[in-house]
Amino acid sequence: MSADTDDGRGLAFTLVILLGGLVFGFGLGLSGMAKPEIVLDFLQFEDFGLVFVMGGAAVVSGLTFFVATNYLDRAPLTGRGYTRRLKTMDRNVPVGGVIFGVGWGISGICPGAAYASVGLGNVTILWAILGMFLGAYAQGFVRSSRADETETVEPTASD
Amino acid sequence: MSLTTFSLLAFADLFPRGVAQYAVGGLFIGLGVATIYLGTGIIAGASTFLESTLSYVSNVSRFNQTKYVTSRDWRVVFTLGIVGGAAAYALAFGEFGWTTQVQWWRLLGGGFLVGVGTRVGKGCTSGHGVCGIGSLSETSLVNVATFMAVAIGTAQVVAALGVTP
Repeated sequence: MSADTDDGRGLAFTLVILLGGLVFGFGLGLSGMAKPEIVLDFLQFEDFGLVFVMGGAAVVSGLTFFVATNYLDRAPLTGRGYTRRLKTMDRNVPVGGVIFGVGWGISGICPGAAYASVGLGNVTILWAILGMFLGAYAQGFVRSSRADETETVEPTASD
Repeated sequence: MSLTTFSLLAFADLFPRGVAQYAVGGLFIGLGVATIYLGTGIIAGASTFLESTLSYVSNVSRFNQTKYVTSRDWRVVFTLGIVGGAAAYALAFGEFGWTTQVQWWRLLGGGFLVGVGTRVGKGCTSGHGVCGIGSLSETSLVNVATFMAVAIGTAQVVAALGVTP
């Protein structure tokens, strides 16, 4: 009854996702990540606070992953096993990192922080969200076209 | 000047807004990830929402892979939660209506590259930076080190060119 590929089920599932999103978004607001100005201050060495944001978040998620993978059995709402986030390494990882880094350095905005910024009532941020959708679409379109040309089915590990 | 005073001054220079809201904000971000993970086993990153949501409106095969189509509904819920959580923060702290001064073309152009880069590089600041680092994933460490270094360089160049904000 537990299929790993089928994630849509039930009110409890939806509520837990929503609650997690609310807490996550509250944290993005409190941490200043929802304000591109604060992110840019960090990147320009004027305020190193974001080290604490990413560090604090990674410590909590890291402890949770460690406890769950070692001591817990399966997730109650989906029956999924607990795993760590381990993606395969290939050339795309640093290449994507460079492209992302240029974009982050220009705009001061990343996906989760941009959604959170909407919650501040920051309508100007919709430019960034439009840009992200256009970028994701362009990337998907090009990859799909290439796959069609070469007739190769390339399974990727992206989540 | 005593050494202690000196180091306090240096600390204040590094963190002109203090560290409390950054650290506590980070803990909340981690708690959000942990809530979803413990309940569902899902490691939620924020950037896949872009692709999975495109599957509603696009026939491009890349967006219509099973993993995106089956997860797109909860990813919309997750994103609405992020918006709502940030709104709760803004209302509670009297910041609702805050608007960025960063110019629209920086947001649009930078956003475009962010959209491409997260998809090519398999994740973003939450996926690689929080969940991947929390998983002690070497792939994520490589990605985060790369985008941090490049973003710092880029932001310094943009500032040196006199673009503000």
